[in-house]
Amino acid sequence: MPASNHVLVVGHGPAAHRLVERVRHHGHRGPVTALGAEPRPAYNRVLLTSLLGGTLTAEDLKLPDPPDGVRVRTGVTATAVDRARRLVHTDTGETHPYDHLVLATGARPRIPHLPGLLTADGGLTEGATALRTLADCERLADGPVVVLGAGVLGTETTLALLRAGRDVTLVHPGPHPMDDRLDDMAGALLADHLRSRGAHLRLRRAAAEYRPGKLALDDREILRADALVLCTGVEPETALARRAGLAVRTGVVVDRHLRTNDPRVHAIGDCAEFDGEAPGLVTTTWEQAETLARILSGEEAHHRADRPVVRLKAPGIDLACLGPPDPPGATRHVTLSDPARGRYARLALSGERILGGVLIGLPRATAAVGQLYERGLPVPSDRLGLLLGTAATERPASVELPDEAVLCHCNHVTKGDLLRAWRAGARDLPGVAVATRATTGCGGCADDVRLVLASATGGNSDP
Amino acid sequence: MPDTAASTSVATHCPYCALQCGTRLGHDSGGTVVEPSDFPVNDGRLCQKGWTAPALLDVRDRLRHPLVRDAVGRLVPVDWDTALDTVAEKLWRIRDEHGPDALAVFGGGGLTNEKAYLLGKFARLALKTSQIDYNGRFCMSSAAVAGAVAFGLDRGLPFPVGDLGGAEAILLAGANPAETMPPLMQHLEKADCIVVDPRRTKTAERAALHLQPVPGTDLALALGLLHIAVSDGWCDKEYVQERTTGFDAAWRRAVTWWPERVERVTGVPVAEQRAAVRMLGEARRAYVLTGRGAEQHSKGADTAAAFINLALALGLPGVAGSGYGCLTGQGNGQGGREHGQKADQLPGYRMITDSAARAHVAQVWGADPDTLPGPGRSAYELLDALGTDGGPRALLVFGSNPAVSAPNAAHVCDRLASLDLLVVADFVPSDTARMADVVLPVAQWAEEEGTMTNLEGRVLRRRRLHPPPDGVRTDLEVLHGLAVRLGEPADRYPTSPRQVFEELRRASRSGRADYSGISYDRLDAGETLHWPCPETPGGEPHPGTPRLFLDRFAHPDGRARFAEVDHRDPAETTDADHPLYATTGRVLAHYQSGAQTRRVTELHEAAPEPFVEIHPDTAERAGLREGEPARITSARGTAVARVRLVGSMRTDTVFVPFHYPGPGRANLITSTALDPRSRMPEFKVCAVRIEPGTDAS
Repeated sequence: MPASNHVLVVGHGPAAHRLVERVRHHGHRGPVTALGAEPRPAYNRVLLTSLLGGTLTAEDLKLPDPPDGVRVRTGVTATAVDRARRLVHTDTGETHPYDHLVLATGARPRIPHLPGLLTADGGLTEGATALRTLADCERLADGPVVVLGAGVLGTETTLALLRAGRDVTLVHPGPHPMDDRLDDMAGALLADHLRSRGAHLRLRRAAAEYRPGKLALDDREILRADALVLCTGVEPETALARRAGLAVRTGVVVDRHLRTNDPRVHAIGDCAEFDGEAPGLVTTTWEQAETLARILSGEEAHHRADRPVVRLKAPGIDLACLGPPDPPGATRHVTLSDPARGRYARLALSGERILGGVLIGLPRATAAVGQLYERGLPVPSDRLGLLLGTAATERPASVELPDEAVLCHCNHVTKGDLLRAWRAGARDLPGVAVATRATTGCGGCADDVRLVLASATGGNSDP
Repeated sequence: MPDTAASTSVATHCPYCALQCGTRLGHDSGGTVVEPSDFPVNDGRLCQKGWTAPALLDVRDRLRHPLVRDAVGRLVPVDWDTALDTVAEKLWRIRDEHGPDALAVFGGGGLTNEKAYLLGKFARLALKTSQIDYNGRFCMSSAAVAGAVAFGLDRGLPFPVGDLGGAEAILLAGANPAETMPPLMQHLEKADCIVVDPRRTKTAERAALHLQPVPGTDLALALGLLHIAVSDGWCDKEYVQERTTGFDAAWRRAVTWWPERVERVTGVPVAEQRAAVRMLGEARRAYVLTGRGAEQHSKGADTAAAFINLALALGLPGVAGSGYGCLTGQGNGQGGREHGQKADQLPGYRMITDSAARAHVAQVWGADPDTLPGPGRSAYELLDALGTDGGPRALLVFGSNPAVSAPNAAHVCDRLASLDLLVVADFVPSDTARMADVVLPVAQWAEEEGTMTNLEGRVLRRRRLHPPPDGVRTDLEVLHGLAVRLGEPADRYPTSPRQVFEELRRASRSGRADYSGISYDRLDAGETLHWPCPETPGGEPHPGTPRLFLDRFAHPDGRARFAEVDHRDPAETTDADHPLYATTGRVLAHYQSGAQTRRVTELHEAAPEPFVEIHPDTAERAGLREGEPARITSARGTAVARVRLVGSMRTDTVFVPFHYPGPGRANLITSTALDPRSRMPEFKVCAVRIEPGTDAS
C-alpha cells in the first residue's frame, strides 16, 4: 500500500456507502472522502417502494453512519476530474485530491420523449416524477397515480401504491408487465395479480401527452394522473467520466479489478460496465464494493459476473426471473402450469444445471431454485417435488411399518416391542409405557402407539 | 441429606443434559433402578439416556485404580500416593522450568458447582496459572456473551421451563429438543413452534413451521425476521422505547436484509419468513429460544444477539409469559460457567479483570489479589497451544473428553500427545484418558453429593445413592491431594461438597450469579431456588429469582441493549474441492463425546456407529448407497461414517453426529475458526466432499 493512500469516492449511494465501510473493515488506514450529490446521508435506495407502500418511513431507510475517519460531504456534486493532477472539482468550488478515485455515480432515470413532460427549463412538469431518490418519493402528489412502465420498478411501485390505498393505473407498451423477462404465461399471471390488487392496466399502450393532472394515451384515452411516476428505465450516470476522457460505453468500462482505463480510477455500482453489463441489482453493486474495498486495502481480489436473480419485492406474490428469458444452450425445459391457482414455473436446463427460468406463485420453489441457479448446483431428481415445494418424504401410517421400525425415538421402542408388550398383556397407553417406556420421553409418539394398540386389538382379539 | 450407604433410594437428577430431569434412584433386587420424579422440568418423563443411566454405575471398564504410564508406555495400576506424587512432582518441575502458565487445566460443563468452583481455585492458587478453560466454551458461550451484553446478565432461561407451556408461539433457532432434551417437549405442546434448522429434525417434523436455512446463514435469517417485524408492523414500539436502547443502530443493519435478499442467502422462502414473524407477532405469549445450531459458529455471539434483537423488537424479554432464552446443553452448563473454571472469570460470574471482583474473591480465598493470575486462553486456543513454544506443557483434564469433542480433533490429539504431562480424571477410560500419562479414577454422579444448576438457573441437589467403588476418589479429594502436594494449606481445599458450597456461597456473594442465600439445608427442605438468591442477614430468606428482568434488565439504566450486528459468510464456504456443507450435531441415544453413553448397552444398540445423513440425489452423484461407508473430507481431515439417505436433507448439506471415537470422529473435519467474542469454534458448518469409503477404514 502506498504511503499516501487517499481514497476519494464520487457518489454516496448504496455502492459508495458499502465501499467506505468495507475499506475500513479491511484495514485501509488512509484518508477516505465521499462526495454525495444528494443533500442527505446515505439511505437504502432499494427499499423506496416500502416507503411508497407505507411500511417503512424515510427515517427507517437510513444506513449506518460512516466509520471513523471517513469524511462524507453531502449536497456536493463533482463537476470535473483532473486526472493529471489527481484532483476532483465540485460545484461548490471545492477541490479534492486523490490517490485512488472511485466513481460511484449510480444511474439516472431515463426520461421518455413525451410531449408536455418537460418544462421550458428542462425540469419535469408538475405532478411528474421519476423514482430514484427519497426526494422523488416525497414529491409524489396525492390523488390518482399513473405509473409509466411495467418493468420491475414499475410493477413494485404499482403494488406498493396499491398497498397504500392509492388508485393506480399502470401503462406499459408491452403485451404484459415485465415482458422483457417473462413469457406470456408468467406475464398473464402477473397481470392477473396486479388486477386482483386493484391496478388498472393499460397494456400495449403508450403515453402520448402529459398535462398536469392528465395523461393522454396513444389510443386517445385520457387518464386522470394527479401524479405521474416514470418507471421507464435508468441509464448509467457517466457524464463526469466522459468529460474526464475515461472509456465509456453504456457505463464506465471497468476490468475485473473494477479499474477504468486509468489505473488510478475505479468505478462500481450502477455507473460501471463490467463484461458488457451494468449491475442493476444492489446485491451485485455490494459485491463490487466489497471486492474494491479489498483491492484498495492491498488484498488480491477480483470481480466475477454473478448469476443474478430478479426477485420482485412485494408481499403476496412470489416472482423470480433467473437469467435471460431464453437462454442459449438449453437442452430441456421443465414446466409447471397451474394458472387457476396462479402458479407457473418454466426452467431451462442443460443437463442437471439451471440456465434460466421464471417462477410465479411458488414460494418454496422460488427459494430453492433461486439458490440452485445462483450457485450452479444440480437440480434434484424429483423435479415436481422441487417445483411444488412438497416435503420429500412423508411417513406412512405406523400400522404399515415393519416390526423393527422405531416408533418411540426417545426410548428407542420399536413397533415389535409394542406388539410384544401387547401380547404380554399391556392393553393401554400407561400399561405399554410401563412395559416399554414408550411415550415417557417427549410424548410425541402417543398417537402412533395408540394406533398400534388399536390395530393389534382389532386384528387379533385373543393372541 | 446424610451420607449413608444404607439409603435404599434418593431423590436426585439425571447425570446428563441441562434439563437435569428429576429422578428417584434406588436399589432393588435386580440392581440399581431409576424412576422419573414429578420435578417440574420433566414431570414424570425421561428419555432413554435417563432410563438407562443406572447402567453407568456398573460399566464394564470402570476405572478402579490410578494408572501411570510406565517406561515402555503402558498404563499400569499404581496406588493413589504414587499417582498423586508423580503428578505433583512433574507439575513442580515443569513450573520451575517454564513458569506457572506452563500448567493448564481443562474442565467440564458436567462438573458439579462444587467441583467447578474448586477447580478454578486450584488452578489460580495451587498451580498459579491463568491457563484454565473448559468445554462449556464449546457449548453455550456464544449465547452467554450475547445475553450478558443484551440483558446485563446471562442465565440460559431467565424463567422456569414450565412457563413455556403457556406460550402460543415459540421460535426454536438451532435447537432440536425432541432428540436432545425429549422431556422438554411436553412444555412445547400447546405452542405453535417455528423451528430453524438446516435439517428436518424430529423437532422440525412436529413444528407448525420449519425454516430450513443453508448452514451458516442463521444470522441473515434473524436480521431478516427483524426487518419483517418492523416493516410488517409487529414491532412493539412502546416496549422498544421504554425498555431498550440501541434499536436504531441494530435496525440500520437489519434494514438491508429485506426478505427477498434473505431468501437468496438462506434459502428460506419469503412467505415462510413472513409467516414466522406473524405467528410470533400475533401470539399473546411468545418465546425466542436459541440452541447450539445458531450458536456454534464463528459469528455465534452475533447470531444469538440477532435473535435477541428480534425478541426485543417483538417486546418479549422481561415480560411475564414471554421471553428469550438459550437452551443450555451440558448437565451443569449453567453452573459450570458461573464459578470460575472459565479463562476470564471468577466465582459468582465475575470478570477476572475486574479489580473489585479479584479483591472479593481473593479475600474469600485468603489470598493476595495481586497474586491471582489474569485471563488465560480460551478452550480451543488452549488446546491448540499445548506443547508449543510458550504454551502449556502439562494439562489436567476433569470431566471432559477433548480428543473427541474439540474441533479439528486430529490436531488436538497431536497437541495432547506433545505434552510433557497429561493427567485425566474420569470414571471410564475415555478417548482422552487413553492418551494420558496419569489417569485418576474418580467418583461419578450417584456416588457423591453436590449441586447442579440447570438450564433455568435453578440450583439442584445431586445426591449420593451409594459410595464409590474401592480405589476411586472424588474430584474434590483429587484436588485436595494435589494441592497439598503443591504446598497449599490443606484447609483451602475441603473435600466435603457441603463445605465447598458454603465457601462458594461467600465467593459468589453480590456477584452476578449470587448463590449466597442458597444452602444445602434449604435445597434439602425442598425449596425451589433460582439464582440470584442473595443472603439476607437477619431478614426473611430470599426466595430466589425464578423470573428475571420483569421490572428491569440488569444494566445500570435497567434497559436491554439491541446489538448492532450484520451477517457474513462462515469462515469456510464451498468450492470445487469441497462442494458440500457439513454440519455436526447430536443423536438421542448419546451425550456429548459418548464416553458415557457408548458404554451403556441399550444406548449403544440404539445408535451403534457414526453415520452421515445425505440427500439421495447427492449420494447418487457421489456414488454412495444406503448403509455403505463414506469418507467425509474437509481441509483438515477425513471422518468415516455409514451412509443414511434422508430425503428431507438439503442437497447441499450433510450431517454427521459427533459422539463417536476414532476415525468416525466428526470433529476430524470441523473448523477451528473462532467467534471473536465468545471464542466458540465453528462446529456447525465446514466445507467438505464425500466419497465412498471402505469398511476396513
